[in-house]
Amino acid sequence: MNAIILSALWGVLMMYAGFATSNKKMISVIAVLGVIAVLVSNWLEFLGLPFFNIDTKGMLGYNSFGFVFNAVTHVTLLMYFLLSAKEIESSSKTPSDHYALIFFITAGISVIAGFKSLLMLFIGIEIVSIPLYVLAGSDKSNLKSNEAALKYFLMGSFSTGLMLMGIALLYGDSGTFYLEGINIGIGFLTPMKTMGMVLLMISMAFKVSAAPFHFWTPDVYDGTPTVYTSFMATIVKAAGFFAFIKLFETAFGKVHAQWEVLLSVIIVLTIIVGNVTAVFQQSVKRMLSYSSIAQAGFMLLGVYSMNLLAKQGIILYFAAYGIASIGLFAVLAKFKDHSIEGLNGFAKKQPLIAGSMLVSLLSLTGIPLTAGFFAKYYMILSVLKYGNNLWLVIIAILGAAVSVYYYFRVIQAMYFKDEADAIVEQVSFSKSFQLLMVVNAIILLVLGIHPDWLMFFL
Amino acid sequence: MFAAFDNFPVMLIWLPLVGGILTFFMKSEKSAKATALFFSFLTLGVIVANLFYTDVKYQLLNQVSYVWLPGIGTSFALILDGLTRTLCLLTAIVVPIAIINIPSGKYKNPNAFYGLLMLTFCGLMGVFMAIDALVFYLFWELALIPVYFLSSIWGGEKRIKATFKFFIYTFVGSLFLLIGILYVYLKTSGSFSIVSFYNATPTTGEQAWLFFMFLIAFAIKMPIFPFHTWQPEAYEQAPTPVTMILSGVMVKMGLFGLLRWLLPMFPYATKIYAEPMVILIVVGMLYASFIAIKQDSIKKLIAYSSIAHIGLMAAGAFTLKSVAINGVFIQMFNHGINIVGLWLIADLIERQTGVSKISELGGVAKKAPVLSIFMVIIAFANIALPLTNAFVGEFMIFNGLYQMKPWIAALAGVSIVLSAIYTLNMVKNVFYGEVATSVGSYVDINKVQIALLTVLTLLIFIFGVYPAPFFSMISETVGLILNKFVSI
Repeated sequence: MNAIILSALWGVLMMYAGFATSNKKMISVIAVLGVIAVLVSNWLEFLGLPFFNIDTKGMLGYNSFGFVFNAVTHVTLLMYFLLSAKEIESSSKTPSDHYALIFFITAGISVIAGFKSLLMLFIGIEIVSIPLYVLAGSDKSNLKSNEAALKYFLMGSFSTGLMLMGIALLYGDSGTFYLEGINIGIGFLTPMKTMGMVLLMISMAFKVSAAPFHFWTPDVYDGTPTVYTSFMATIVKAAGFFAFIKLFETAFGKVHAQWEVLLSVIIVLTIIVGNVTAVFQQSVKRMLSYSSIAQAGFMLLGVYSMNLLAKQGIILYFAAYGIASIGLFAVLAKFKDHSIEGLNGFAKKQPLIAGSMLVSLLSLTGIPLTAGFFAKYYMILSVLKYGNNLWLVIIAILGAAVSVYYYFRVIQAMYFKDEADAIVEQVSFSKSFQLLMVVNAIILLVLGIHPDWLMFFL
Repeated sequence: MFAAFDNFPVMLIWLPLVGGILTFFMKSEKSAKATALFFSFLTLGVIVANLFYTDVKYQLLNQVSYVWLPGIGTSFALILDGLTRTLCLLTAIVVPIAIINIPSGKYKNPNAFYGLLMLTFCGLMGVFMAIDALVFYLFWELALIPVYFLSSIWGGEKRIKATFKFFIYTFVGSLFLLIGILYVYLKTSGSFSIVSFYNATPTTGEQAWLFFMFLIAFAIKMPIFPFHTWQPEAYEQAPTPVTMILSGVMVKMGLFGLLRWLLPMFPYATKIYAEPMVILIVVGMLYASFIAIKQDSIKKLIAYSSIAHIGLMAAGAFTLKSVAINGVFIQMFNHGINIVGLWLIADLIERQTGVSKISELGGVAKKAPVLSIFMVIIAFANIALPLTNAFVGEFMIFNGLYQMKPWIAALAGVSIVLSAIYTLNMVKNVFYGEVATSVGSYVDINKVQIALLTVLTLLIFIFGVYPAPFFSMISETVGLILNKFVSI
């Protein structure tokens, strides 16, 4: 509850900060302070120090899973602000508005982290989505950005419509919005409930850009200014997954056998489509958007198996994937040309940044000693533990093997290609940015050696 | 992990690691090479010293286990036993030789080059000593990463593509290995230790497919037919020191995996698949030998010859006969020595003449008699002539194959004949006959190179004549493996 209220308040504060000062640096500092305040307050509540006592009639409530998810979101957001502050400042005349929107989204994510009723789920997802439509179109003079915003808005409202219909059907049949109340027992799956469940699954698949509902993703991610793509592809996506896993665990956990086939079809399609299409991309940014679909496929394994291992794994996956992608996007945002060739010979010019990008890419691939390895480890282990679905695991790891191809193309460009045959852009990186990238890499390595330091809190 | 340095496995991991990291910060090539050499000799010293501490009463010195992630039941556990010692010793011999052989000024950014070599060294030591499945997997992957960079940055013309193929092959293999490990892990009481893996005993049906999950990873690494297609190109394109480590030590990771993990874990499946596996491997050996005969590039010839030799060892392991497995252990060491010798000579020739095509060479013996003597000795070892080291191992493996099925031994024997054909043909065409234009101004090898080759030939003869110390070292490990098959 602390996190929701504080981030909403800070959003309002950010809006007015734009009037108080025109110094963009100052605004970024206030935003960073805000994230830290939200992070601390969330943690204090976890330790048993809630600032606010609000009776939500049991519609909102956090368990350790929710708190840790909130914390991961806030830490990732902090890294995101620190790494991308320059780009956010230059993305608009009044960056404070954009910061405010991001804080509102954070409030929405915190609502998602604690929802216990379908109404709260709906509200949370809307709070997250609506500011995002604005951010997607924030580069007003760019036609692609406009297209992205419109596409995202249409697809988003369409999937929200499906979700509402699903919620209505479930409510009509069970007479309650509470997940606990809906919790369908074996043999109680009426046609109306089934329809509602399937609609919810489809709308969630839209939100996490799982195939075959992924078609909006590449265009939207590509058109959106890179700073906000980074935010959409990591933090917001993680929230979608969190909602997905929590909704299906609490409301439809008992009838797992009824929907697991449908979900496994979605998983297989997502992994295949995401990985195969990423292979053919020439632009790093587009490659990362398709790879985010592929990674979503892997995260869906956690929704599929839904045991304790899956929960631990998905939290680790959020952290690993979020931190790695934010680092990569932050570097990418400094480039105008996003083609892979644009990175040729990058390692010689910027060894520190290239090294950190290397760690991020290795982590996304899932090489041991990086966080990505344990993320994949937990996903595979949880599915194996669930049992009887070796084929799903094999498809997942074949997807991971394909992913080596496109992630390593970036490594090859950075380290093995000469700059002579490249149109090398002169991009300068400040000392503090380099330092932050190194910190980014260190977080990934530490989580790769000691994932238990994060799991400990679950 | 940081506290105790007073036992062997820990030192064997830390010395190359620290050496590698220090090397990265060296400014000049000379100091980088010196640091790398210093630490690799130190490691060699440690492993040689360890040969005197093999008794049971020194067990505490040879075994170590630090809790890493108690939540998932994995600990940083390492051991030095007969199998491990052989391979660690081999690694510690090969790496300094590879480093000494590097001519100055050959590679740009020498500090990174030597540093990555040392990290590979560390990774290999970890693979051989790990007795915790997750730690094993970790080192298995980590040994690959520096090699990927070494080959892709400093390799030949087609380096990026060749190395990438190698990387993808191995990575796919290790992902299957990961599934296998995790599946067995769920059968244990939540521990990754090798003991609990041995005791996990999956049902016969599960063993039937788990066997292949592990086998794919090991077969790709060795490589055995039909998973070998990455190998000749990768060997040809990698810089010579890396090729030495790849072919001398890294391929042994696959054999090691068979002996330490696969056979003892899935005895039922091994028993069932042993004969078809041996037949497949022998066919692959013949196939590789025939291709080797047709090769014009010295490097590719050595690569294909290596496939045949490794195949023989893998076949020996699957016979499940004590004599053959003893032979495999010894041959793993000896093959490493021989092939490093071959690469060394191939590199010396290419360095001076600039060609590695057999058809463009000839008459080297007239210009470089000393080199030729060494070449002939190593070539004989490669064919496994009596009194050379390879004879002992290959003879024992053939003994095992014969006990299994005489006709298989006969078929495998053909590959030895073929190996004589291509090796001696190569020696004849490169070293004898008329002096080719490319060899016109050839200068014989210098003192350092003589010293290196002398060390190798000495090892060839010593273990050819007196292999007994090996047997006493490995007997316990071999017994452990075969014990698993007694009751089946």
